[in-house]
Amino acid sequence: MQVSEYKPRIVAFCCNWCSYAGADLAGNNRLNYPAEVKIIRVPCSCRVNPSFVLRAFQRGADGVIICGCHPGDCHYTSGNYYTRRRMAMLFSMLEYLGIEKERTRVEWVSAAEGAKFAATMNDFVETVAALGENKRLEDLRCKR
Amino acid sequence: MQAISSRTLVDIAAKKLASGEVSAVLGWKKGLFNYDVTPAVFTDEKDLAENFVYTDFCAANLSKYLVNETKKPEYRADNRKILVFLKPCDTYSFNQLLTEHRIHRNRVYVVAVPCNGMIDLTGAPYEKCVNCKSKKAVVYDELVGENGEVIDSNRFDEVERIEAMSAEERFAFWQNELSRCIRCNACRNVCPACTCEKCVFDNPASGLENKAISDSFEEKMFHIIRAFHVAGRCTDCGECSRVCPQHIPLHLLNRKLIKDMNEAYGEYQAGAVEGSRAPLVNYSENDIEPAEAVGKGGNNA
Amino acid sequence: MPRIGVFVCWCGSNIAGTVDVSTVSEAVKNEQGVVFSTNYQYMCSQSGQDIIKNAIRKHNLTGIVVCSCSPRMHEATFRKTAAAAGLNPYMVEIANIREQCSWVHKDMLTGTQKAIVLTKAAIAKVNLNSPLTPGESPVTKRALVIGGGIAGIQTALDIADAGFPVDIVETKPTIGGKMAQLDKTFPTLDCAACILTPKMVDAAQNDKIRIYSYSEVEEVNGFVGNFDVKIRRKARYVKEELCTGCGLCTEKCPQKKVPNEFNMGMDNRRAIYIPFAQAVPKVATIDADYCTMLKTGKCGVCSKVCTAGAIDYKQKDEIITERYGAIVAATGFNPISMDKFDEYAYSQSKDVITSLEFERLTNAAGPTAGKLLRPSDGKHPHTVVFVQCVGSRCAAAEKGKEYCSKICCMYTAKHAMLIRDKYPDVEVYVFYIDVRTPGKNFDEFYRRAVEEYGVHYIKGMVGKVSPEGDVLKVQASDLIANKQLHIDADLVVLAAAIEPDKSARSLATMLTASMDTNDFFTEAHPKLRPVESPTAGVFLSGACQGPKDIPETVSQAGAAASKVIGLLAKDKLIGNPCIAHSDEMMCNGCSSCERVCPYGAITYVNKEFRMPDRTTLVRRVASVNEAVCQGCGACTVACPSGAMDLRGFTAQQIMSEVDAICK
Repeated sequence: MQVSEYKPRIVAFCCNWCSYAGADLAGNNRLNYPAEVKIIRVPCSCRVNPSFVLRAFQRGADGVIICGCHPGDCHYTSGNYYTRRRMAMLFSMLEYLGIEKERTRVEWVSAAEGAKFAATMNDFVETVAALGENKRLEDLRCKR
Repeated sequence: MQAISSRTLVDIAAKKLASGEVSAVLGWKKGLFNYDVTPAVFTDEKDLAENFVYTDFCAANLSKYLVNETKKPEYRADNRKILVFLKPCDTYSFNQLLTEHRIHRNRVYVVAVPCNGMIDLTGAPYEKCVNCKSKKAVVYDELVGENGEVIDSNRFDEVERIEAMSAEERFAFWQNELSRCIRCNACRNVCPACTCEKCVFDNPASGLENKAISDSFEEKMFHIIRAFHVAGRCTDCGECSRVCPQHIPLHLLNRKLIKDMNEAYGEYQAGAVEGSRAPLVNYSENDIEPAEAVGKGGNNA
Repeated sequence: MPRIGVFVCWCGSNIAGTVDVSTVSEAVKNEQGVVFSTNYQYMCSQSGQDIIKNAIRKHNLTGIVVCSCSPRMHEATFRKTAAAAGLNPYMVEIANIREQCSWVHKDMLTGTQKAIVLTKAAIAKVNLNSPLTPGESPVTKRALVIGGGIAGIQTALDIADAGFPVDIVETKPTIGGKMAQLDKTFPTLDCAACILTPKMVDAAQNDKIRIYSYSEVEEVNGFVGNFDVKIRRKARYVKEELCTGCGLCTEKCPQKKVPNEFNMGMDNRRAIYIPFAQAVPKVATIDADYCTMLKTGKCGVCSKVCTAGAIDYKQKDEIITERYGAIVAATGFNPISMDKFDEYAYSQSKDVITSLEFERLTNAAGPTAGKLLRPSDGKHPHTVVFVQCVGSRCAAAEKGKEYCSKICCMYTAKHAMLIRDKYPDVEVYVFYIDVRTPGKNFDEFYRRAVEEYGVHYIKGMVGKVSPEGDVLKVQASDLIANKQLHIDADLVVLAAAIEPDKSARSLATMLTASMDTNDFFTEAHPKLRPVESPTAGVFLSGACQGPKDIPETVSQAGAAASKVIGLLAKDKLIGNPCIAHSDEMMCNGCSSCERVCPYGAITYVNKEFRMPDRTTLVRRVASVNEAVCQGCGACTVACPSGAMDLRGFTAQQIMSEVDAICK
């Protein structure tokens, strides 16, 4: 397979109130980003359990991104603050185990930032594509 | 620090047993050889006098046993108490369990005993004792000898060494360590922070359930999730590494999280203060972003 | 076994243009649980909804997936459709194949493949959905308004007008707030007291309104529909029900040297006082910091002269507890402190005053009976300089505020006009950055000040004010003429920035209402829900939400009242069923979840468990208050044992979506 044809699988967890709306706005404005990005709607970024992130990698994701409201703007007032701490610690742990840190990301995208959503996804897909397939956190039994 | 003889402790416990103030004693019991000391519950003075020991082989942290011990019908029936001997580092675990409401404080009589560091059967000191973080008992009803101090140890040096590696090297290091895991669950079962009524790894509904390691992913997942579940609750008692039959340095996972949390959110020692709020159930509006917290190690090429 | 129907919408060509809809509906036919799959031009149309309803009935569907636009658009629509056909509305999942697929991808093959994956994820999720029923909670039909300024008064009057009882809690001895201190109001120049005091009287006489003056909110528990509020009624050492407000005590009190806060400290009052003649309630209050009797036990003059026997030196603070269905924050504003603005010599000269002090100086009921006299020597000033934006639009955050205080341009124009009207001999200069006068008849008002009244408006900032002898040397720049100006002024008036009242911060904590970085309350949505706080049942009125003038405050107060009325008119509240739930068998009672819950929705109960040995064990387990939980899910991740899960977004549901997407 040529590197240029490699399409990474990306799971994007988006909070319902800001980032999912931001993704909708990207759609409204017809801003393109790669189809490899698939969005899962969660009420708040703080609903994302580290085990969901690992599950995604296990099942064949090459990158996982969590999007929430900007700090201070959480619909639930403090959910994204917890996300920020949890994911900082989880990602740091993954990196400590030698998993490429570029495969995980937290990004704050407001409902008004359709352009930021598309740009973030374009950048993330490009970054993960450059790393190639997720080999370090794969489950061979789940391989296609 | 003075050496404490088994005799001293037996006397304390026997007196409490005889007076009826406590109805059981949680301590260490001698085995066939001097090194195979096991945790045990004593209910009569004779047994205590004959079999209780406190030696350099009493590494086991007894705090976790209290969770199940105090749940037993005989303790529930009336207001009976159990006497427990805790070494300074064990008192942190006990405090943490109190914070999490896992033990009723009024069911336990804590006797804090000094510790000079414990050794394994080869006579070598345990890692957790080489890098002892505290000789200070943080909770007790009775103190034997004098209380010590919190130690400014070098316990994060090894974590820093791994952080300094390249991503390749780190991956190879952990792949090598974790591939030895046989999923015996000893680390989980001994861990005083792992007292869940039902562990997620035993629960089919959790989506994390697995029994045997059949893929390198599962080795990693088990240890990542376990470290994460005890993050902010782990007192760094070192029992996980001590009991691992495969000699996996599991404490290096927990310590990485402790180090990261200390650096990002301020110094926090789980169990030092009862009722304290752990970093992951807390926040500040000015916390660092995940991208800043990650990648203090070597290059990721 | 689940029986799932899949309905793929074309959305005209919006979806069908980039997604081959029939391929999608065909591709998912054999997915787990799917028994019916179709596509249609407009699923949200009446005929589209009929297709769904008929399929639910005909195929006995237990769950449906609608592949259409964003759930933020039509999830509610399709839930209603399902409910109309007898299916639990929470058995509906939406696959967003428009905003997140057809509109962002150009290629038909790519779009179709992604739409299939998104649909499969929604099918995987709906397989694990369970029917949910929203909880109900009763509504206490009484409102609390915190703050008794014009915002609070208007809100209370409007709520009472609709027939609901409402309590006003005001920290000062009287209601009236800042507006009571003002002289005239822009742009009509009618007197503030003339339009405010009748409203104060209306509030006092309305049998639906109770006024707790000299009182503070101490504690708030509960949730929308049922807030339990503790109110501290501070001891005023005067029995409110006996005091007739005759004012004799305030004339006889020997302690005469108490700075009069109502007149901005420009004159003195007694230790026992009624803030102003039209105070509501018109009841005397003893200032415990100054009363000789309370401090030394020797005096008692007021008690001797009071024929009503209302004085009670032994009075104690009283805590009352009341239950409310809704709470309105109307805590208002204050001018910022001038401590950090030494360049204007505010602390050095009595003749440098703030605009609110000027209001008292020009007010007929003020310290000079409305005559414009210099505070230092009581002489008539000949040159007055107004400085705008003192602390507003200030880049240095440690000094002032970044925002525009909004009201200063207009009141400064008013002040300038009032001076020129009464004293045409006085020269008036106004220094400004910009003159901002949006508002009905506002710019006309400002133009009149310049054109009819001859006020000198100069674009530029004042650099320094230095008192020299009995004049104030004002150094300023004129940016249009591009030159430095030196003016010898007799009086300098500073338009100080306004900030939220200090009490707002602690109140926000009690209410779990959010605030912005300037401590203004945050609205639930800046455009669409401007008078609601994100915390259900908490509403915002007046300047506590942001700087605003009287007309704007009054309209916002009315809007907040109408939201409150809408809430109180309901007999019960229907909750959101997608909330957290704890599995008691698995719960450790460790308190992690409680610590992250932003709503205080989690409490702990001691629960008896039957053990295998036939004994019972009492264990501490978490219990979620369904009316309070908003369903964020923070607790689900904090829970180490996985006992806490979120209905509608369970761990299994989300993992099944992950699996379907990664397959």
